[in-house]
Amino acid sequence: MTMLPETTTRKLGLVIDLDTCVGCHACVISCKGWNTENYGAPLSDQDPYGANPSGTFLNRVHSYEVQPEVGAAQLVHFPKSCLHCEDAPCVTVCPTGASYKRAEDGIVLVNESDCIGCGLCAWACPYGAREMDAAEGVMKKCTLCVDRIYNENLPEIDRVPACVRTCPAGARHFGDFNDPESHVSQLTAERGGMDLMPEQGTNPVNKYLPPRPKDEIDQIDILAPFLEPVVQEPKGFLGWLDKALEKI
Amino acid sequence: MTHHQPKIETSPKVSDEIRQTTCYMCACRCGINVHMKDGKVAYIEGNRDHPVNKGVLCAKGSAGIMQVNAPSRLRAPLKRVGPRGSGEFEEISLDEALDIATGWLGPIRHENPEKLAFFTGRDQSQSFTSFWAQNFGTQNYAAHGGFCSVNMAAGGIYTMGGSFWEFGQPDWDHTKLFMLFGVAEDHDSNPIKMGLGKIKARGARVIGVNPIRSGYNAVADDWVGITPGTDGLFILSLVHELMKAGKIDLDYLARYTNAPVLLNGDESSPEFGLFLRNKDGKPQVIDRKTGKLTAFDKPGVRPDLHATYRHDGITHRPVMHLMAERYLDAQYAPEAVSERCGIKPGKIRAIASELARVAFDEAIELDIAWIDFRGEKHKKMIGRPVSFHSMRGVSAHSNGFQTCRALHILQIILGSVEVPGGFRFKPPYPKPVEAHPKPHFGVNPDSALNGPHLGFVRGPDDLALKDDGSPARIDKAFTWENPMSSHGLMHMVISNAHAGDPYKIDTLFMYMANMSWNSSMNTGGVMEMLTDKDENGDYVIPHIIYSDAYSSEMVAYADLILPDTTYLERHDCISLLDRPICEADGAADAIRWPVIEPDRDVRGFQSVLIDLANRLNLPGFTDEDGKAKWADYADYIVNHERRPGIGPLAGFRGDGTEFGRGEVNPDQLERYIENGGFAVHHIPENASYYKPWNTAYQEWAVKTGIYDSPQPYLFQLYSEPMRRFQLAAEGHGDRQPPDHLRDQIKTTMDPLPIWYAPLEDAQVDLDEYPVHALTQRPMAMYHSWGTQNAWLRQLHGRNPLYVPTKIWEANGFTDGDWAKVSSIHGTITVPVAHMAALNENTIWTWNAIGKRKGTWALSEDAPEASKGFLLNHLIHELLPPKGDGMRWSNSDPITGQAAWFDLRVKIERTNAPDECQPAFDRIKSPVGQGPDELKWKVGK
Repeated sequence: MTMLPETTTRKLGLVIDLDTCVGCHACVISCKGWNTENYGAPLSDQDPYGANPSGTFLNRVHSYEVQPEVGAAQLVHFPKSCLHCEDAPCVTVCPTGASYKRAEDGIVLVNESDCIGCGLCAWACPYGAREMDAAEGVMKKCTLCVDRIYNENLPEIDRVPACVRTCPAGARHFGDFNDPESHVSQLTAERGGMDLMPEQGTNPVNKYLPPRPKDEIDQIDILAPFLEPVVQEPKGFLGWLDKALEKI
Repeated sequence: MTHHQPKIETSPKVSDEIRQTTCYMCACRCGINVHMKDGKVAYIEGNRDHPVNKGVLCAKGSAGIMQVNAPSRLRAPLKRVGPRGSGEFEEISLDEALDIATGWLGPIRHENPEKLAFFTGRDQSQSFTSFWAQNFGTQNYAAHGGFCSVNMAAGGIYTMGGSFWEFGQPDWDHTKLFMLFGVAEDHDSNPIKMGLGKIKARGARVIGVNPIRSGYNAVADDWVGITPGTDGLFILSLVHELMKAGKIDLDYLARYTNAPVLLNGDESSPEFGLFLRNKDGKPQVIDRKTGKLTAFDKPGVRPDLHATYRHDGITHRPVMHLMAERYLDAQYAPEAVSERCGIKPGKIRAIASELARVAFDEAIELDIAWIDFRGEKHKKMIGRPVSFHSMRGVSAHSNGFQTCRALHILQIILGSVEVPGGFRFKPPYPKPVEAHPKPHFGVNPDSALNGPHLGFVRGPDDLALKDDGSPARIDKAFTWENPMSSHGLMHMVISNAHAGDPYKIDTLFMYMANMSWNSSMNTGGVMEMLTDKDENGDYVIPHIIYSDAYSSEMVAYADLILPDTTYLERHDCISLLDRPICEADGAADAIRWPVIEPDRDVRGFQSVLIDLANRLNLPGFTDEDGKAKWADYADYIVNHERRPGIGPLAGFRGDGTEFGRGEVNPDQLERYIENGGFAVHHIPENASYYKPWNTAYQEWAVKTGIYDSPQPYLFQLYSEPMRRFQLAAEGHGDRQPPDHLRDQIKTTMDPLPIWYAPLEDAQVDLDEYPVHALTQRPMAMYHSWGTQNAWLRQLHGRNPLYVPTKIWEANGFTDGDWAKVSSIHGTITVPVAHMAALNENTIWTWNAIGKRKGTWALSEDAPEASKGFLLNHLIHELLPPKGDGMRWSNSDPITGQAAWFDLRVKIERTNAPDECQPAFDRIKSPVGQGPDELKWKVGK
């Protein structure tokens, strides 16, 4: 049993815009690249050129089809990584204290030297956001790029998680949810940012912006006025054309 | 346990050094920062300063590190020792390989250079490879545009002097409504994603038109799940609605298009339907101020869209009259097209209404004064904030050229091209057809070709025909079968060479083109053609040379392999002479340079071509004494001049401060490297829109070396070159089409866009084959390269056939089922998956996931090799025989674009086989198989 800090000074996390995510996996691979080379053990890949390639990823994009009651089916791309919960069950379940939540910024990390690879935290996480690295035998998870966001060897503009820096559609945002003026707080307020599975009581920090309503053109009343014809016949058009040209 | 926090290093050293070069994980060509540790590639991210990606990078780009260490990389030049197709090779030295190549190519050049067919695939150095082929002297050169998207490129250039993708882009900063047609997700991929993000952030509307609601279409506010091949009909219905409501930009049409240009109305004249030209050859209009006939570009003239010109008892009408007649016709009414397009009439009306509302009621004005080519001063730039983008889905049909033209007509009548909020060209576009070369095919032994191979025909006189009327080119480009085939027909080369139609060749030389697999129609047939022997036991195609960096399926079918490097081990230039990386606000180009050195016996293909040219003493590459001008590609990039002062790279010329025109600068590559691998030259604000007609832009373009003189022009709603072909088909002129093609030319080459059903529809019993079948490319993969990438293949290692609800239920499919899918050409047996967000008569799969056993360093039981498949087996390069003895190409009859997406199939449930069918034997791998585990950490 590992304790969570009572409060955190800052509450760093991500806003992920499901209205804009095109499902391109840029964040997935950028994350894989940075975190293979940086924090802790590399994210290994088993059978990388074989029948069942299976590697460690800290961020994955899932796609779900949604069939509304009326109208065409939709496809929602859903990127998922650790949500850095305020009441993180993966931390409290850890028998060695390897999993912990940082008091200064709320980031949930695994201290790999203390991790015994028991996997309890992955079972406790309702989001499936932790992955055991098969080569190293330690638990891997999103670090919110803790080795980027404070990194004085990076230009200030690059001190954001790799997934945020790379997202081509700008669907990922990083910031402090304890600051009501921050970009992430404001986006969450304006766009109705949602918790993922709030019933689990984990108080996730990351928020998801829901897709905007779709296919509104299909909802237009069929009797509503569309474009008003000025002509019915080609000849009529030329008459209209002459008059219209007079006005230019 | 109380809260306990270890101290961690939050400022680790990121890398020893950043080397900035250009990505090649797809055709987007983003700038990348390659982080190096201990001389090795440690991490790749986007370059924030780069004009294409501005810092972002897609999954492919970030996975470049897995491409550079891929076990499938070829290691040394290879000489075939087993039969073709077996994959049995021996490694030889590059010197020996080039000796062999020279031994084949030298005699060809001396006897008949056309016996060499040199075709390049995903080549990003076409201005160089074409220069090589031109100096070799063969007319048989092209890149892969003919099987990719020539309809889009040629449709754009013939209509408005430029097209989508690298030719132009929506005005992301101002557009309020963006409509996207059938896009290929590896083309301009990051800019489109960035643009979508930008316009969604400000709440602009996105309408996606695509049978499949994935990717960009998944985030579109409105989805039009159109029936494949009917985009043109849908577009012309929108045109019908807009014209009928008078919602067209008359001022724009009068000033900037050929809508007011008068057409010869004399039905008996050999010039019937051509422009009424003055003695200087200029198209004429009626000046609304004077009522007089005058040249279109005379200072002060106000062209009249309405007035006709009567002379000698004949009335000559402007193009606008023909457009009214054509598009107001009830055949284009929403009710008339609805069923074929699979779109309800109300939805077509609503979209037309929304286009009109945004274009005209939400028009924008920028306070930028400018002067047009007639000398008129404008105080503001008026914008119609409606923009469009389109790529391969629309163009890969046999009606694709006319559909692309139709889309441009829609843009133009809305007044939304080259205006704020609309579509904007990227330099070197806009560029009228007149500024492009015509095709050249003058072959002489031991001589260079008489000009560039590819070009834009203006009429029958420019066709590439021999004196006896037979096709001059092996791919039959620029013939009556497909007169405007500006990119050639790469998909016909092997088939024609095998058939000896129009003639036999000696050596097939290919680069980066996986022709024995995913890049060919009729894949199994192509393998047979490549291995077929004549009555003497010799191969029908005697010699095949192939260059690739990886162990692709095509390797086994060549006699000689020239191994290329990966993209981080080479020099390249992304040149303004080629397919550049410009943005709408500036001209830009870029380089690649060896950020790491190859650890294998491989060499950049372009440098190999220079070596080969030097051994063959090709003019252009060697001086009169036979002395080589360039040692390698880097030397060429810096020192070659295409015209005086204009070379492959525009940046840092002369003393290092000049862009576009300037003396050779020996330090040019160093300057590019210092600048992050690219150069940008911005367009002045008063030249930023209305470029085809804007004197400030025209002057800037001349100064920059894009043109040698100003080239203002009108948008060609009505295409005079097409009318010239129709005239010939009607019997006018000396150069006459064969009789069997007259009707096809008369019908399809209509100078005003039309829609006709995809040609396969007429050959197939549509009751038996009612289903459309398509492929799409995943955003995280490019062509066949992705599956060798350990990270990317974990995202897209499988490609089930996606089936819509109606077909799924009708066949009683359940999860895990397999289906037999047949076309008139072939049958495949493949795994299926249900997808609801899909046109109800369309099935689809991801392109090029399926692999041949033994290739790409994958294990034999890799899902790509057992459960992955190609639709290509269902598509033939020829239409079914018509009983006339002719070989009719499965291509657009105007441009020769491969009609991949015309495919019609039937589908039925079947018992699951062990693997997809057809299955092919394993090929012996020249590289072996990759490791069992990766723990790729470079730094300590």
